[in-house]
Amino acid sequence: MGMGLLFDATRCIGCGACSSACKEQNKLPGKVEEVLTAYTWTTVQEREGLNVRRLCMHCEVPTCASVCPVGALKKTPEGPVVYDAERCMGCRYCMMACPFEIPKYQWDRPVPVVGKCILCAGRIKEGQPTACAAACPAEATIFGKKEDLIWEARTRIRQKPGAYVDHIYGLTEAGGTSVLMISNVPFDKLGLKTNLPGEPPAMKTWQVLSNIPDFVAVWAVFLYGVHWITARREVVAKAGASGGHGQANGREDRS
Amino acid sequence: MNTLATLAPRRFRPGFWTAVFAVLFLAFCAVTVFRYTKGLGAVTNLSDQFPWGLWIGFDLLCGVGLAAGAFTLTAVVHLFNLKRFEPIVRPTILTGFLGYAFVIVALLLDLGQPWRIWHAIVYWNTHSVMFEVAWCVMLYTTVLAVEFAPVVLERFGFHAPARLIHQLITPLVILGVILSTLHQSSLGSLYLIVPSKLHPLWYSPMLPLHFYISAIGAGIGMIILESYLSKRAFHHHLEMDLLEPLARGMVVALGIYGLMRLQGIARNHAFGTLGSYEGRMFLVEFMLGVVLPVVLMSFRKLRTNQDWLVGGAFLAVLGFVMNRLNVSITGMEAASGTRYLPSAMEIIVSLGLVGTGMAVFAFAVRNFSIFPEGPVASRPKEPAVGA
Repeated sequence: MGMGLLFDATRCIGCGACSSACKEQNKLPGKVEEVLTAYTWTTVQEREGLNVRRLCMHCEVPTCASVCPVGALKKTPEGPVVYDAERCMGCRYCMMACPFEIPKYQWDRPVPVVGKCILCAGRIKEGQPTACAAACPAEATIFGKKEDLIWEARTRIRQKPGAYVDHIYGLTEAGGTSVLMISNVPFDKLGLKTNLPGEPPAMKTWQVLSNIPDFVAVWAVFLYGVHWITARREVVAKAGASGGHGQANGREDRS
Repeated sequence: MNTLATLAPRRFRPGFWTAVFAVLFLAFCAVTVFRYTKGLGAVTNLSDQFPWGLWIGFDLLCGVGLAAGAFTLTAVVHLFNLKRFEPIVRPTILTGFLGYAFVIVALLLDLGQPWRIWHAIVYWNTHSVMFEVAWCVMLYTTVLAVEFAPVVLERFGFHAPARLIHQLITPLVILGVILSTLHQSSLGSLYLIVPSKLHPLWYSPMLPLHFYISAIGAGIGMIILESYLSKRAFHHHLEMDLLEPLARGMVVALGIYGLMRLQGIARNHAFGTLGSYEGRMFLVEFMLGVVLPVVLMSFRKLRTNQDWLVGGAFLAVLGFVMNRLNVSITGMEAASGTRYLPSAMEIIVSLGLVGTGMAVFAFAVRNFSIFPEGPVASRPKEPAVGA
């Protein structure tokens, strides 16, 4: 199941240590912005009196990875959805398709790449928590194995009835994510998408794409069959008109 | 340069349209320089909220769709063996090829790092519709080039390779139809993955089929329009006896498409949204671009009248363009939380490409046997039109 993050909106004090740590860790230029950009991979927004983090949710079946024509985005077994800037040709289909609207682009550069949280994949490989989780002074963002995080989230919701909305955001959204969120305010009011299907969106296109080989074979045979019948009909018609037997190879010179 | 000199049209006199095309082309070049030195943000109104704009919605989606006449007509002539349509195959293939060239140039501008376009050949992700799109663009452009090659080869006296292509025309056309079917539908499949973003008036699990069938309708519309424009520009006579039955085909394609659209909206329970901004845009697109041409072109009297026929074809093409812009822009705006209007420079690029395409078409018609009468430049002086 891999590693992940649990964000508890009721605990976040909005200090922004996570965003700053992210900037430092990933060497991102500029100040932390209010919304995600190619240079701000995580930020804290105030909604309904709560502080809520914005960051890549690291889907179990990432839409971005499924749509990328060159496979520049990939889900790693450890949990992070990582991005290979060297492969990316900049079609921006990931930005279009991401149900959480996470990937952002360097619009200001002549040689642009996509920017998004990569869940500190390098640190995780070395056994360390993500920079944001390590920097959080309030334990609002905690790092761990996803199954432990789900357990922790369930425990918090159960232990204080009424203190939380009875839902772990990210457990089922878009097929489930490695980043989970809990809150005492309905998630749509925090600006999170709540109209997402439980099935990964990638399945919708795979249903079509997986049928292409069969389709090509059938279509090719059908089209050749049509040609064969119509050409044969012409040969027969000519033979009938001249009263003799026409050549039956069905070919006719265009000129 | 020598060949170019012999190619030089004898009666070519630059007029109003030449000037328009030249200005558009120069503006296009200027924007191109700007785009590659300053980045996409300096030239376009694209943003993190709205990463795909006019160049995808119009240049790519419409460029490919309006090239659909080529596979439709080659199938009609070479597979369904309706040889009487042969005289209009060449201009249609040329339109298709120019449409695809247009798409490739647009992609080279729209991609963030176009010099990596070859990555799609090397790094495969068969789960990506964009991967399918990339391969279809590459392969079908090649097929169109080969289908058109005899025109160029014969012009320069290379008859052997031209004959070889003639002999291979059936498999070539079948390959072209398969690639087109995949490509036209895959442009619809691109939007399958955004059920939570695309407005329910346009989203449907049947999007690939919507795109395919509407492209056939609009492709036929383009054949009629392009015949008409050629006629006006080159005093080429309009083959009403060929275009009238094509218009019937257009009615059938648009009719099926219209029903599928209504079915999709019913399935999404989206008829209640007709009063909204998206609803009004849909009504204009659907009434003007589907219902009206189907109704008009159902009357034989109107189909056989040149003006009405061209009008009906124009509406079908217009409706098609509106549909692609609505899918890619109007229908995506609400979910993006922002409004997108293309910048002047984005519009200049699109217009510059259309203009260049038309100029190349005109050049080809002057110098090559596109129409059965042969190259315009080598024809004897003709009486003025309307005489």
